[in-house]
Amino acid sequence: MASVPAVLRSEWTKIRTVASTVWTLAGALVVTVAVGAGLSALMRAQFDNLPEFERATFDPTVISFSGMVLGQLAMVVFGVLVVGTEYGSGMIRTSLAAVPQRATFLFGKVTVAGLLALAVGLVTSFLSFFVGQALLGEHRTSIGEENVLRAVIGGGLYMGLMAVFSMGVAAMLRSSMLSLGILVPFFFLVSQILSAVPGAKEVARYFPDQAGSKIMQVVPNAMGQDPAPYGPWGGLGIMLLWVAAALAGGYVVLKKRDA
Amino acid sequence: MIELEGLTKRFGTKTAVDRLSFTVRPGMVTGFLGPNGAGKSTTMRMMLDLDAPTSGTVRIDGRHYRELDEPLKYIGALLDAKALHGGRTAYHNLLCLAQSNRIPERRVGEVLDLVGLSAVARKKSKNFSMGMGQRLGIAAALLGDPRILMFDEPVNGLDPEGIHWIRNLMKHLATEGRTIFVSSHLMSEMALTADHLVVIGQGKLLADMSMADFIQRNSRSYVRLRTPQRELTRDVLASAGLTAVDAGDGALEIDGESTERIGELLAEHRVVLHELSAQRASLEEAFMQMTAGAVEYHAHDGAGPQWGADVKGA
Ligand SMILES: Nc1ncnc2c1ncn2[C@@H]1O[C@H](COP(=O)(O)OP(=O)(O)O)[C@@H](O)[C@H]1O
Ligand SMILES: [Mg+2]
Repeated sequence: MASVPAVLRSEWTKIRTVASTVWTLAGALVVTVAVGAGLSALMRAQFDNLPEFERATFDPTVISFSGMVLGQLAMVVFGVLVVGTEYGSGMIRTSLAAVPQRATFLFGKVTVAGLLALAVGLVTSFLSFFVGQALLGEHRTSIGEENVLRAVIGGGLYMGLMAVFSMGVAAMLRSSMLSLGILVPFFFLVSQILSAVPGAKEVARYFPDQAGSKIMQVVPNAMGQDPAPYGPWGGLGIMLLWVAAALAGGYVVLKKRDA
Repeated sequence: MIELEGLTKRFGTKTAVDRLSFTVRPGMVTGFLGPNGAGKSTTMRMMLDLDAPTSGTVRIDGRHYRELDEPLKYIGALLDAKALHGGRTAYHNLLCLAQSNRIPERRVGEVLDLVGLSAVARKKSKNFSMGMGQRLGIAAALLGDPRILMFDEPVNGLDPEGIHWIRNLMKHLATEGRTIFVSSHLMSEMALTADHLVVIGQGKLLADMSMADFIQRNSRSYVRLRTPQRELTRDVLASAGLTAVDAGDGALEIDGESTERIGELLAEHRVVLHELSAQRASLEEAFMQMTAGAVEYHAHDGAGPQWGADVKGA
């Protein structure tokens, strides 16, 4: 059997020796922090013009994470490329000839890339929070307040899980272009739009991004949102189920189909 | 040693590989010959456990590929030249592979040196020419210093210098006692490199024999002659039980008799000859006839012809 530490080392080398790793992960961090900072500053300036119900449920933590809607897309691209480039280049055959145990290969890759995405996600989340709070002025909260640390760590988990979910999808679809063509519009448009449509939103709140992002809320029903039938950890649990399903699907495809 | 037993692969209704059984032995170059689409690449992918056989097995030194510890140390393969990541340098492409099988990093430098790519080790492999890509693929195959090497059409798209280099490399690796299995759709290429030959057509085994035997059995020898007295010649030969076949360019061809005997026979009847020569059909011709036979046979009843069957009559 292939040695697991050897496979992890090899996958780490694969990740650190392609340019896309740096630009996707740096993109995720910069975009999330910058957009979050911009919206935090805007909120501070516009606070008095907010509708009453938004002021009542004002959640400074959530505001500082506003950039994740965009930043998560870079995480999606990272996750897709980590798996998808194996197929685009035909490298999958070389990789599987070297590590024929499909589970060791796929989960070795996902572990290494997932941990890296998680680390970058946590840095992004903490940076977004502190920069955002600094710009919110008198409307800010602090890391010591109840549930805030959970929300900030949760933001990092959310970003890491988005990347891992994308890895599973790319393993199922075996193509970077196809995976991006589905995931990016889905998270950026479909999920956002459906969550605003009455009726559809009852379904949309079980989507991985909608459910998972609940972990970042400190104030219940933050910013005037409808109450959800699950709490912050329940939401993250739903997201974890999606991630597990995507990985299981990816593994089955890798095991059953010819390389 | 690689042993195939009843190896079969169907893609939908198409049978790409049809009950193949043969053994690839160490210490020699085994050529795997068949026209395009014969099923060579599919067979090789099944050997590496990349494609799952519909039925049948492949054993490498008695074991299934997936049971090999660190398989790159047993068997190295070049499938297609672009099977590496173009955005990574040559060095890093090989390093990931080496690490996955616990091959020491210094081996990466060694194999790059061996294939003559040291100077471009730190260049991205997407900028490599076809020949350089092929060399990098061969470096990857050699990484684990394996006893078995497999090359799928390694000379495709190479310049004459590259072709020469690969031929010599394969022969050299075989003299070190390694098992070399190399595919090609060109008989002429095989004739130059292979010691043993496995021929397939339409996924079926057509021949499995030493190169020497193959040449012996497949190069039809015949006598070619030209004469202004064609009718008289035919009659004389017919009376001796020989059939002269029209060669198409005005010459006649006679199977199964020596130039000496035919020359003497015709001299007795005072036939004027403009040419009398012994000929051997090219191996390329023999190969084409053999595989064309497979196509016909396939079309008629779907069963595989065994070696020795009357191919022309099928
Ligand atoms: N993945 C696949 N799906 C469907 N048909 C395939 C696939 N791979 C190969 N084939 C078919 O199987 C036959 C054998 O192909 P291949 O093994 O590539 O032949 P060769 O390498 O001898 O040229 C061809 O008819 C080819 O079209
Ligand atoms: Mg082929």
